[in-house]
Amino acid sequence: MESKLHLDFSKVERARASARRIALDTQAFIDLHTTVTVERAVCRLLGIDGVNESEVPLPNVVVDHMMERDILSLGAAYCIGNAMISTGLSPQGVAEAINNGAIDLATIESNHINDIRKAIMPVAKAFTERIKGNVAKRNEFLREYGDKEGPYLYVIVATGNIYEDITQAKAAAKQGADVIAVIRTTGQSLLDYVPYGATTEGFGGTYATQENFRLMRAALDEVGIEEKRYIRLCNYCSGLCMPEIAAMGALERLDVMLNDALYGILFRDINMQRTLVDQYFSRVINSYAGVIINTGEDNYLTTADAVEEAHTVLASQFLNEQFALCAGLPEKQQGLGHAFEITPDLENGFLYELAQAQMAREIFPNAPLKYMPPTKFMTGNIFRGHVQDALFNMVTILTGQKIHLLGMLTEAIHTPFMSDRALAIENAQYIFRTMADLGNEITFKDGGIMEKRADQVLTKAMVLLEEIEQMGLFATLEKGIFADIKRMRDAGKGLDGVVSKEENYFNPFVELMSGGIN
Amino acid sequence: MSSGLYNTHKQDFDKTLDLTKLKAYGDTMNDGKVQVSFTLPVKNDEKGIEAARILARAMGLTDPNVALAQPLDKEFTFYVVYGSCVHTINYENITVQTIEGSVMDMHEVDDFIREHFGRKLVVVGASTGTDAHTVGIDAIMNRKGFAGHYGLERYEMIEAYNLGAQVPNEEFIKKATELNADILLVSQTVTQKDVHIQNLTELIELLEAEGLRSRFVVVCGGARITHELAKELGFDAGFGPQKYAEDVATFAVNELVNRGMNRKSF
Repeated sequence: MESKLHLDFSKVERARASARRIALDTQAFIDLHTTVTVERAVCRLLGIDGVNESEVPLPNVVVDHMMERDILSLGAAYCIGNAMISTGLSPQGVAEAINNGAIDLATIESNHINDIRKAIMPVAKAFTERIKGNVAKRNEFLREYGDKEGPYLYVIVATGNIYEDITQAKAAAKQGADVIAVIRTTGQSLLDYVPYGATTEGFGGTYATQENFRLMRAALDEVGIEEKRYIRLCNYCSGLCMPEIAAMGALERLDVMLNDALYGILFRDINMQRTLVDQYFSRVINSYAGVIINTGEDNYLTTADAVEEAHTVLASQFLNEQFALCAGLPEKQQGLGHAFEITPDLENGFLYELAQAQMAREIFPNAPLKYMPPTKFMTGNIFRGHVQDALFNMVTILTGQKIHLLGMLTEAIHTPFMSDRALAIENAQYIFRTMADLGNEITFKDGGIMEKRADQVLTKAMVLLEEIEQMGLFATLEKGIFADIKRMRDAGKGLDGVVSKEENYFNPFVELMSGGIN
Repeated sequence: MSSGLYNTHKQDFDKTLDLTKLKAYGDTMNDGKVQVSFTLPVKNDEKGIEAARILARAMGLTDPNVALAQPLDKEFTFYVVYGSCVHTINYENITVQTIEGSVMDMHEVDDFIREHFGRKLVVVGASTGTDAHTVGIDAIMNRKGFAGHYGLERYEMIEAYNLGAQVPNEEFIKKATELNADILLVSQTVTQKDVHIQNLTELIELLEAEGLRSRFVVVCGGARITHELAKELGFDAGFGPQKYAEDVATFAVNELVNRGMNRKSF
């Protein structure tokens, strides 16, 4: 593909190589550690489910038990496998026995590592087969109905009640939405457990639970069969339970997951060691389950300036790409994020947006880029807002963005009404239809405003990545380079859930899902 | 439609502006024209359109014109309706609580602080409770500010601490006390089922319970905040849309002086 912006690809290569070295350097740290939620995800993938009499999820019961006894460093698979041999119980049976105090994983007789592996691997295999089955089912739908060419229309539902969400989601799907994201309730990202069962109360969103995933999946399949389109389901694989949400999503056939390597650190003040270890396993699972991840670079621009800080978005995209590759997640599943957030008051602001979107498209040609609508400068003037969203829609169709999060004219007023969503879909469909091939007809002026803008952003991103490489990622986060937010290595939430692995530690799913690496 | 009340033709009404009987304006004085849009959970057919018309009349719209009826799903239809609103209001009798006085710019605020306080003022801000959005507090506090209005971090005589989002009220108060704050700013951006009101009320209750209320000037802001609501909830002021750092700063420094707090040091 010829670059419309005449990008200097030697700069792209330099930036990418820096990002690669930063990711590998960080991966060396990641490989030595595990966390409470990584081990709870292992428990879930071994079939441990349900809650105890105090509503505590059994994966938490098991992992808390191991933390108290200081044996989490061996890993849940090791300890549960060992107990399975000694007791003859299933993983679920072991979890229940721990809960009622019948066994203690620290004092139970220990078996040989080879026998432990022999006990665990068939159970692990059965669950990876189930996930494989989900991937096959998705592919079957896509074969039957075909996949959508052009941008996926992505809308959110956020009523707080999963049953009301289903009503809204089905209507949106019928109106033309391709991806339905169920926004999580405010604050779920900071819970160090995943709630259980169907839920009907939440603020600004609905709890992510496995049962809610299952209910929404069934509803979207139903409407998809009716409409003869595959409707993708999206949720949030972020916060303190990244790998567990990934595991639940893999088991219930979610298709898209918000999943950023740095977002939790910056915007939720989650400890950086914790997030970096968590994001790795969550991406191993997402990769295996065929889930498209969406990274959160758009968030940088809600706190920092979209013109001045555009290069931090690009730098973060490079980092997310390399962290994803470290977890075996291929480019076609990397929904790298960016956003249309330049102030409407800026002369030629649209040209900058267009240049940046085209630049992202050319630098990450195989990634299904996720493009986020204006939010920061949506004011409550719904009529102007609809125009802003129209301009945003134009950028997507001109530059081939793939996952197109629809802007709502009532952004900044309320969570979307059913009619707000319908108007947004109508707006996007109209523009995508009437401008379908305009992008192919246009070339940009040599040495013009757009070309200069793209080169400026690329150059700054390259320089920034080289600086980060010098400093190391941890020190960079401590200096507040991203989104103007400073985070300390030993501060933030969830640090006490990070432990170093022992020699006998193993994670059967990392082995099964990434083809025996590690 | 047969009632005389609904037969008012455009030509028939008095076209002089009377502020004691204020009506909505479309293109002719006192025509009462308004637009509303809503969704009804019914299928899109003649009966649905009639339902929309009847609902519009119940809202006080005469001659409702259903300009759009668009199905959203089998049992949901979206309507856009125009009509003449019969209601009038007495504009002359309205009283609103607003923040009085002219607004100083950044340099004037800095000079004011130098003159009256002779030290930097400490401002602590956060988006409290469950609110995950920092847009509002950032617009007021971040150096760069918003829409060309510099944020408090840029003010020479203000030491600004932005604690970010989802800060529990208890933690907010603790931090404010530690930092010896003069002014507290609380932002509530997105709200569902009026949770912002609970959050704001709780903050004031906690401050009062700890005997700290009078120690700070406490100000809230956000898309759904009005000065009147803020006063009702026990805040010193409230700032809604179209208000910037200098509005907040001007109010706060004046309030501190009015309370005689410029002569105290903690």
